[in-house]
Amino acid sequence: MTEIIPKNTLLEVRNLKVHFPVLTGIFRRKNDFIRAVDDVSFKVDRGSTVGLVGESGSGKTTIGRSLVKLAPVTEGSILYENEDITQMSTKSFFPYRKKIQMIFQDPYNSLNPRLTVYQIISEPLEIHFIEWDKTRKRKRVEELLQKVGLESKHIDRYPHEFSGGQRQRIGIARALAVEPEFIICDEPVSSLDVSVQAQIINLLQDLQEELALTYLFIAHDLAVIEHISDYVLVMTKGKIVEQATAESIYQSPQNNYTKSLLAAVPHLSTK
Amino acid sequence: MHGLIHESGLSEILKMKQNILKQLLNRPLGFTCIIILAIFYLCAIFAPFIAPYTTSEQNLKKSYHPPTGIIWKEGRLHVKIYKNIDPTAAKYEYSFGNSVPIHFFAKGYPYKFLGLIPSDRHLFQVDRDNKIYLLGSDSTGRDTFSRLVYGSRISLSIGLIAISITMIMGFIVGGLSGYYGGKLDFFTMRIVEFLMAIPGLYLLLALRSALAPYFDSAQMFFLIVIILASIGWAGTARIIRGMSLSIRSRQFVLAAESMGQSSIIILFKHILPNLTSYLLVAATLSIPGYILGEAALSFLGLGIQEPSASWGLMLSQAQNMKVFMLNFWWLLTPGLAIFITVIAFNVLGDILRDIIDPKMKA
Repeated sequence: MTEIIPKNTLLEVRNLKVHFPVLTGIFRRKNDFIRAVDDVSFKVDRGSTVGLVGESGSGKTTIGRSLVKLAPVTEGSILYENEDITQMSTKSFFPYRKKIQMIFQDPYNSLNPRLTVYQIISEPLEIHFIEWDKTRKRKRVEELLQKVGLESKHIDRYPHEFSGGQRQRIGIARALAVEPEFIICDEPVSSLDVSVQAQIINLLQDLQEELALTYLFIAHDLAVIEHISDYVLVMTKGKIVEQATAESIYQSPQNNYTKSLLAAVPHLSTK
Repeated sequence: MHGLIHESGLSEILKMKQNILKQLLNRPLGFTCIIILAIFYLCAIFAPFIAPYTTSEQNLKKSYHPPTGIIWKEGRLHVKIYKNIDPTAAKYEYSFGNSVPIHFFAKGYPYKFLGLIPSDRHLFQVDRDNKIYLLGSDSTGRDTFSRLVYGSRISLSIGLIAISITMIMGFIVGGLSGYYGGKLDFFTMRIVEFLMAIPGLYLLLALRSALAPYFDSAQMFFLIVIILASIGWAGTARIIRGMSLSIRSRQFVLAAESMGQSSIIILFKHILPNLTSYLLVAATLSIPGYILGEAALSFLGLGIQEPSASWGLMLSQAQNMKVFMLNFWWLLTPGLAIFITVIAFNVLGDILRDIIDPKMKA
């Protein structure tokens, strides 16, 4: 993929720190901090997939969330197309909310059970394409459903009528609705069956090729990360302990933590 | 495959949700409650048509008249005529064979049907010179049944109006403080705790007596509603705050935030619809509180004033020693009406909760 698309940096994270205060006592004093993300730097090239792997609680989800201001940045900076977005006001960050989209972990939780598929997928359209009328939005939603491998007749159904994999496809369609450049995939397959995982990952890869997307792919499963990523970041306890291309991580891991992660992968499923 | 159990469970629950009313009607108790409340509310809406007399129509010669018997005579319903045999003890006796026919859909006092169409037809009437007292009369000879029917307008609507104020206040305050958290949450919850710490009845009495001189009887109804609601919203706000706190951390809310949705729309599009089942149950369960609150205020002489009728006010008139000593049981019927309404709402709320609960767990 690197041959087709010119290699330039889309996103750069410099010395990112996300600390959550621990409030104690009746006066809720800040006694200590949980260092969810502690001094993390990395780059994401346009058109590439960067895998972010680590155990539960290592801070990988927090990184993903801080990129779209769902988690507060304590220190450091986030540069998107060389523009510092860390301290941007809600208003000036608004256009980036169109460029950066997120796919969530739990397909049972990430779709509002009270809304229809149309209402769910058209929500970002209503925010970023206010001028569109209903027929245009409906057409776009139908198109998106087909793109993610669902049928356009599913448009007026409710999320509970779909399986986990189908729901995740709806989540993907929602992320794609406003034609983003960069998608943060926050463990999009961890709550799915292995067979469905493969389908979703293949779908994500197809979409990347078709729409020239850039992914930050967060997962705790090394097999998944190896399959999809160009570049891998290994994270533990809020720090990135190793970053290298996918092949070199798997063939010659340097860090002890990476080695233990690789050793924990059941072998039948990797090859 | 692991999603399958989850899946079928959820869809079942959602189907259940879609026909709450159907489910409710399928349960004998739920059906009974709905029917009882429907009858009560219909009576309240069509009060002038159903009540044979106005709330203030007196007949001093017939004070504490017992309920008139109804007999079948000459192919139609007749009402028995009683003679006052001992005015000091309010003793009435039926003189045999003395009765007058009941006229259905007959002309009586004029009123406006549903407040719009002028009419003077009533469900039933007797001749001008005689009276029909289905539930007896009170100390000034006013028809208890008519007053009960008119009183239901106040007693039954007060709950509905107060609950809508409570729920709206509770949702706005609780929803916002749960959604934004932080300092706003801290301050609003302290205000709520402050309100909850004040014993309700005393606050009610204090507010009522402080505001009394400025309002006439007609405005008093709304004043009472506002007083009741201004105390009642605190508990609701607290629960809604907790629920919106938990819903706001669900991923579909995060998704909406990450795509730049505004807070107000998130509140109404994502949080409110997921609270509706709770709001429905809570509203049903707290309506009786307002009905009782109005009854308590009126009973203490601080609520609805004469000559208007409300169930609490009617009960306060039944406090008279004479009523107990001479066993005028019909004057206690407003108490029975309150009892039935409160029980019906409570049972209905319980059943609604039974039907909806699995959804809240999901």
